Amino acid sequence: MAQSFGYARPKYLGEAFDILDSYGTDASPLAGGTDLIVGVRTGRIAPRILVDLKRITDLFPGICSTDGGVSIAAPTTLTDIIADDLIRRHFPALVQAAGTIGSVQIRNRATLTGNICNASPAADTAPALLAYGAEVVLVSREGSRPVRLEEFFLGPRRTSLRAGEIAAGVQIPIPVARTGSHFARLTRRRGVDLATISLCCAVGTQVTRFAFGAVGPKPFVLSDDSGVLANPDSEPAARLEVLRHFVGSAAPISDLRGSRLYRQAMLMTLSQRALTTAIAHRDRA
Amino acid sequence: MTDVTQAVVTVTANGRERTMSVSPRTTLLDALRWQLDLTGTKRCCAEGECGACTVLLNGLAVNSCLVLAVEADQATITTIEGLQEHGQLSRLQDAFLTEGAVQCGFCIPGMVMAAHALLAQNLAPSEADIREGLSGNLCRCGGYQRIVRAVQAACGGTADAG
Repeated sequence: MAQSFGYARPKYLGEAFDILDSYGTDASPLAGGTDLIVGVRTGRIAPRILVDLKRITDLFPGICSTDGGVSIAAPTTLTDIIADDLIRRHFPALVQAAGTIGSVQIRNRATLTGNICNASPAADTAPALLAYGAEVVLVSREGSRPVRLEEFFLGPRRTSLRAGEIAAGVQIPIPVARTGSHFARLTRRRGVDLATISLCCAVGTQVTRFAFGAVGPKPFVLSDDSGVLANPDSEPAARLEVLRHFVGSAAPISDLRGSRLYRQAMLMTLSQRALTTAIAHRDRA
Repeated sequence: MTDVTQAVVTVTANGRERTMSVSPRTTLLDALRWQLDLTGTKRCCAEGECGACTVLLNGLAVNSCLVLAVEADQATITTIEGLQEHGQLSRLQDAFLTEGAVQCGFCIPGMVMAAHALLAQNLAPSEADIREGLSGNLCRCGGYQRIVRAVQAACGGTADAG
């Protein structure tokens, strides 16, 4: 790594805020580091100091249930999330999504909050978190503020994190109604690859939420409150129309992973399949 | 630890406590290779794609190119050199030789460490489990079949991965 930087390992959030105050936007919080360290090495990002969040004792602990939801602290690894009973029971599509990221070695380091803060348009956990209505909890000296994920993503690699704030974790509400969900991801090969497209469908008894990744400048979520998608007996033509409208909201680019047309076509196909699977999960529960 | 530009890091590497002085930008991989002379761990892609630098950090397989040495302070690390006991290769290492799984050999330390981590959690992995467990490790010779066979042999499975 050519560029030099400092390193701080605060024990308390207060210490971390002090460092952020002194360095401003030149400080980068460090959780798993699987994106950050590559970014620093390639020169894409050039922080003057890395603030390691992994040994802060007053960040909320690991994975715990809160009032009506589950909270996941920033340093929690994807491996821990995949293995957690609470997450497996309530958010199976998140488990599916986390399991597709990188390799065993990557998942043993990478964190959910880091994946979100990296704000890649192809962030694999984003569609599931969006479909489940997750919030990012941002903490600062002034206190904490939850931000809905759709408002947290501003664009490629851009978030609504303000100077002096740290993403302390993610909280996800436990679905109230009977819900089925499914995550789908298209890649060029099995194993380590970035998504060509990714999506998550969460279907309740009335509302269906679809979230798409890698088909626009940021992952985004759409909702059908009419019940057309949620009802397996609704007119196929009506369902297709809603899905066409959803897929039409995507603005994919052509790149080495696939052309714009291919992405649009596959988004439709995988959305239809994901809806069918999610409904089957809902009705089996 | 607040705002350091040079840090003293203590790790337990292959059962021995070792202390090293590193800059924050030193990766665990470079510290292992150049400060602790543990050169069995290989540097290849340096971005977490190939797994050649796989070591165990507190018992979990990680890409040491994506861990800063300062992050590993007080951690327990096992490298390929740590698998042998009393000068004898481990059963897994031995299986790689017996099955002829080593071609150029550059990916093998990472492969063995990933397989070791897998077998520590799953004593009887299926072929699919093995392929998933090793999916973060690339072999540019393309010797995957024999590598999978070696892991199966090490856990007493049938060597029919072909």
